Amino acid sequence: MATEKTETMARERDSHSSLRLQADKHRYLPRLWLDMRRDKYLFMLALPGVVYFILFKYVPMWGILMAFQNYSPYTGIWDSQWVGLEHFRHFFSIPDFALLFRNTMGINLLNLIFFFPLPILLSLLLNEVRSQLYKRLVQSIVYMPHFLSWVIIAGLTFLLFAKGEGLFNKMLAAAGLERIDVLTNPDAFWVMLTLQSIWKEAGWGTIIFLAAIAGVDPGLYEAARMDGASRIRQMWHITLPAMRSVIIILLILRLGNIMDVGFEQVFLMYNGAVSQVAEVFDTYVYRVGIQQAQFSYSTAAGLFKAVVGLVLVVLANKLAKKFGEEGVY
Amino acid sequence: MKYIGDRLFALVNVIVLAVIAIVTFFPFYYVLVVSFTDPSEYISKPFILFPEHWSFRSYEYLLTTRSFLRALSNSTFLAVAGTLCSLAVTAALAYAVSRKRMRGRRKIMMMVLFTILFGPGMIPSYMLVRDMGLINSIWSLIIPALASGWNVILMKGFFESIPVELEESAAMDGCNDISIWFRIILPLSLPSLAAFGLFYAVGYWNQFFSAILYLNDPEKWPIQVFLQNMLITATNSELNSDVFAQPPPAETMKMAAVIIATVPILLVYPFLQKHFAKGAMVGSVKG
Repeated sequence: MATEKTETMARERDSHSSLRLQADKHRYLPRLWLDMRRDKYLFMLALPGVVYFILFKYVPMWGILMAFQNYSPYTGIWDSQWVGLEHFRHFFSIPDFALLFRNTMGINLLNLIFFFPLPILLSLLLNEVRSQLYKRLVQSIVYMPHFLSWVIIAGLTFLLFAKGEGLFNKMLAAAGLERIDVLTNPDAFWVMLTLQSIWKEAGWGTIIFLAAIAGVDPGLYEAARMDGASRIRQMWHITLPAMRSVIIILLILRLGNIMDVGFEQVFLMYNGAVSQVAEVFDTYVYRVGIQQAQFSYSTAAGLFKAVVGLVLVVLANKLAKKFGEEGVY
Repeated sequence: MKYIGDRLFALVNVIVLAVIAIVTFFPFYYVLVVSFTDPSEYISKPFILFPEHWSFRSYEYLLTTRSFLRALSNSTFLAVAGTLCSLAVTAALAYAVSRKRMRGRRKIMMMVLFTILFGPGMIPSYMLVRDMGLINSIWSLIIPALASGWNVILMKGFFESIPVELEESAAMDGCNDISIWFRIILPLSLPSLAAFGLFYAVGYWNQFFSAILYLNDPEKWPIQVFLQNMLITATNSELNSDVFAQPPPAETMKMAAVIIATVPILLVYPFLQKHFAKGAMVGSVKG
């Protein structure tokens, strides 16, 4: 409401100035046209961006029609045969579907249980550090991996854990123990992904919590100290409640993104030995669509995932608002 | 300090954080020292945690390898050209929609917002890029990734905080909106533009998947794809191992390659650190 008012006011103000004369001259022209003529340079500025979003985010949506066709590159999208929901029916009926679903949920669940609480804990610990220098040093180190690509992270994982040349196994061998093949072990795959995510993002994840903590009134701690509360009790009764709304909203958002698995991460760690636990929706679309050129079928699979994802995010946002939080949009 | 418990807690806290920091730092340390280890020492010892003989051989070899240098220069071009294009497009759009008098600004914002929630998907996007004839062109990594909805929103918020009076006085002097944007608003926003630019640049430097998708020609590969082939494909014969014709390179060389590819990020890291709040906002919502 408020912005609407300022907008009208801004328009009003402009029309009262020099443009007023012009407007009088062309009273027969609609107001919209005059405004647009006045702001033509603004529209020129917006043009490249608008063209970009339309061309790359909206135009390809025509391609989604492929999901309901037997698309053939020779006839193009206009003349390909329509098959309705055939591809979806096929997708839901094959065993691959259950597999993709299980893997996606499994990876996300591990993430939720073991990764999600860590930034919260870590920010609590960081907040209790007395020496600012020490705190900043630790922060600088734990934020760093966030900026590395997944290729580097996967590469480091190989350099440390590969069966032959990995440091971990070389140390085991030197100690006279059996080498362990972590990278091609289907049982270890999800755990390894979770550990990678923790190493890369747990530190970075603290930023948003530390920001919430920074907003706490120092008087609260003082009062608690007067009442004889220990540091741990202060953490529990003051710091943690201050983080509550951020925790809730991030948790809800995380649930909204439960169909998403870090694609590059899984793609890079994928190998034949772990394919049964590593294939997720996005890697499947890539393998079937790009590598096997089954455009229609893979578009259907991708569309299913995108639509479910959209519904979940919208629901999550509604839920967040219900909890009295701001929501994301 | 009233409580012994508090003192104990502070001590444990410092130790726990030290362990976390060491665990996080260790992979960097290991890769760094091994990359400088003499190859013969690496081969003869069971494992290396601190080398006796230092050597630059791995770096010498890598930095005279044509394909590695080409990948580095491809990525440098990608990061510089991509960042400039992205910044120009994002800043122009964000500035336009930040002006309250502009008609249709809300419709444009809605359009931008929706792209965050729902995209056309991998296959339709791939086919568009293919139909535009961008396959095997380095521009296929820039043009389809020019702007992100989040950055438009964040930058719009930033431009809204610049007082309108500045703009009005320039308009009195006869400047049009484009010259106001270019001559007044952008110079004023340099620190903020630098922050967005750094995050875009890191994104372009780390770009991997679109390169796999759109570039088949090894001549065009950015550093990340080169690294993938060197580090991962070579130890993982299940993946398309035919791309690397030579025998797998020595471990020390792999580590040197990791270090070289990380150096540019380490160089901008102190500057990035100044602008974490903005980045965290993007990152945390994006998930």
